[in-house]
Amino acid sequence: MKKLITALFTPFAFGTAILLAAAIAVAEPKISTLRGSANLDAEEQAPRMGKIENHDQKRQRAYPQQPPTIPHDITGYQVDKNFNKCLDCHARTKADESQAPMVSITHFMNSEGQFLADVTPARYFCNQCHVPQMDVKPMVENQFVDMDNLINTDK
Amino acid sequence: MSKIIHLWKSYWRILTRPSVHYSLGFLTIGGFLMGIVFWGGFNTAMEYTNTEEFCVGCHEMRENVFAELKTTIHYSNRSGVRAVCSDCHVPHDWTNKMARKMAASKEVWGKLFGTINTKEKFEAKRRELAEHEWARLKANDSLECRNCHNFDSMDFTRQSERASDQHSSALANGDKTCIDCHKGIAHKLPDMAGIH
Repeated sequence: MKKLITALFTPFAFGTAILLAAAIAVAEPKISTLRGSANLDAEEQAPRMGKIENHDQKRQRAYPQQPPTIPHDITGYQVDKNFNKCLDCHARTKADESQAPMVSITHFMNSEGQFLADVTPARYFCNQCHVPQMDVKPMVENQFVDMDNLINTDK
Repeated sequence: MSKIIHLWKSYWRILTRPSVHYSLGFLTIGGFLMGIVFWGGFNTAMEYTNTEEFCVGCHEMRENVFAELKTTIHYSNRSGVRAVCSDCHVPHDWTNKMARKMAASKEVWGKLFGTINTKEKFEAKRRELAEHEWARLKANDSLECRNCHNFDSMDFTRQSERASDQHSSALANGDKTCIDCHKGIAHKLPDMAGIH
């Protein structure tokens, strides 16, 4: 009787073991996450830092509402309660001397729809929307299609 | 009063009378050697007050301005050249250095009485202190900048377009000096209301 039970259960035990192993194999990540494939107790080497584009040439916007990207280096720019380095050139009163584009007038409107004399505090931190660009290879493929191209392909 | 005059006269007599116990050789050579020791010691001590180690010995400097300097190009950069406090804040030639060191006695006063010994006190004084430095650099045509950044050695073709435009116009014709545009190059700026 004992032999019979063993004979019956042995294939079950084997089958469970194989299933478990398969489950563990499936659970292992196939895609590399942000932290990479390093073990939990180890650290991956950080990727090299890219070089910030500094050519001062306006880039095309991908869509009309896109905040324009910054075409120059902004390393070390101070933007705080005391001082805003961006406005040192882009403010209304500075644009003539610096020949930099003036901050858009939309940035002067506060949340109540009132136009103020200067940039509204809600729009003071430029880097929340405007960012410089680096000359690097994109990490993932971008399938964005410009709306003009999208309209043309529909025809 | 007559006592003081009497004392002065007795000292004068000692100073003007020839030495009785020491030879002329001892006095001249000894005086010369002591001169070297004192002068060397004086300058060594003076140089020590120019070191970064001395400046950041006080928490006022270490936790405010020095901490701010660390993130800037004058402290951390690709080529490993570093400017220490005195490179920008103390004139290099001797006479002006002495004048600055004498003016710095007020900083000793400030340290003793704790005029900026908290973050709040420092922030309250930041504008005033910054204005002193701007005024000094404006007056000497940014001499401490130019000790390293020589205008004649600048290669405009290696600068960005904006930089070379500014440097070849406003800086070249003497309209502006380094500090006019490069305020806050090594430390955080104070409230700039009314300055720009």
